[in-house]
Amino acid sequence: MSRRRVVVTGLGATTPIGGDVTTSWSALLAGTSGVRNLTEEWAQTLPVHFAARVAVEPSEQMERVELRRLDRSEQFAMIASREAWKDAGSPEIDKERLGVVIASGIGGVTTLLDQYDILREKGVRLVSPHTVPMLMPNGPAANVGLELQARAGVHTPVSACASGAEAIGYALEMIRNNRADIVVSGGVEAAIHAMPMSGFAAMKALSTRNDEPQRASRPYDLNRDGFVLGEGGGILVLEEYEHAVARGAKIYCEIAGQGLTSDGYHIAAPDPDGAGVQRAVKFALRDSGLTTKDIVHLNAHATSTPAGDVAEANALRAALGADADHVAVSATKSMTGHLLGSAGAIESVFIVKTLQDRLAPPTINIDDLDPAVNVDVVRDKPRALPAGDIAALNDSFGFGGHNVVLVFKSI
Amino acid sequence: MALAPADVLAGLKEIVEEVAGIAAASIELDKNFTEDLEVDSLSMVEVVVAAEERFGVKIPDEAVTDLVTVGDAVNFIVNAAK
Repeated sequence: MSRRRVVVTGLGATTPIGGDVTTSWSALLAGTSGVRNLTEEWAQTLPVHFAARVAVEPSEQMERVELRRLDRSEQFAMIASREAWKDAGSPEIDKERLGVVIASGIGGVTTLLDQYDILREKGVRLVSPHTVPMLMPNGPAANVGLELQARAGVHTPVSACASGAEAIGYALEMIRNNRADIVVSGGVEAAIHAMPMSGFAAMKALSTRNDEPQRASRPYDLNRDGFVLGEGGGILVLEEYEHAVARGAKIYCEIAGQGLTSDGYHIAAPDPDGAGVQRAVKFALRDSGLTTKDIVHLNAHATSTPAGDVAEANALRAALGADADHVAVSATKSMTGHLLGSAGAIESVFIVKTLQDRLAPPTINIDDLDPAVNVDVVRDKPRALPAGDIAALNDSFGFGGHNVVLVFKSI
Repeated sequence: MALAPADVLAGLKEIVEEVAGIAAASIELDKNFTEDLEVDSLSMVEVVVAAEERFGVKIPDEAVTDLVTVGDAVNFIVNAAK
């Protein structure tokens, strides 16, 4: 029996540059930064006073009662999943053939911290009974699963900033393995709070360009100094190909394969040789039945950290060889900031739109391209991609040494 | 301090509307919290804690299971406040 093919039939997103996919995609092509100053008092006490909050607050997209029972990460999951499900045509499906895989890097961290404040200031009696369902990292997936009544399985892989991509890969396998015909997959993150930001700042991972927040996220620029924390959610509806055809669904593209490896090198630093990344690219291409010649676009992990961007570029050059010359590389974190466990998910949404429109989004804020970066970076404005059969990669890496590469191809 | 049942009902309506999003107009004495108002077990904890704060009474956990209808809750709170 030939392997079950998997296609993308729905998209949803709420990001720092738009409250839905259409708005986010237009803003991305226009080179819009979603980074803003944080006006909260606590932010003034940190070394970093800015972040990339969602462009549209959940309170504008959901009912009040629902908002108070859901952590912010769960709110993003519901908003993006509803958009994606509707975009997929709200398919009628046997619920035992419907799955949900939604990841988060940190889960309901703001709920945990807010409720801890209540515990200390007001006492145990006033801790919300919704605390645990709100803080658990599987909460976003569970709430979406509940709303859709998904019964094939609801899952939450956690691998820091690779979580979103890993969730999409897990969903791909669920359909390939015949556990499900449709899986709602992606990642969400809502960690803009004094505590996680202090932690990232203590690692010297965040940019401190306080005088120019919108220019702070600058992947591949010589003077990059760290990432900008973002928040939001990205969701893809994955569906078995024949199932999608049979119901006359709109098919964006195919998700052709994935490659997963781990570095075994350091808890937070990238392996400078990028051996794990190279292996992940190789496995992803093999899993897809494609070669380096087929790849025309990469939405890079490129978070704007001094070490990470170059290590990634070197690994990709090594993995793709001379064929890297025809790969248009976009670092969309230059506009969205780094959404941690949602990064690979919103970037996968962007790749699907890239293949649909045959336009690679720009990378903004590169004043001086770091000469150590030897890949072809799309700068300043979108670049047209070739006609015919094309394929694109998403790579995501997480603290812990997790490497995930996803392959999307035109259909 | 004695509480008037009508005042307790009015207060409970506000609390249930806030917690569960049920329109105050549809909250009456004979309504069942679970079946009529869809206040689930977690939200019921919120209602109880909010009612304790508002009316200055104690509603022990073992009493909560007996508060089936809005009227049960009004009676309990009125008696507890005497």
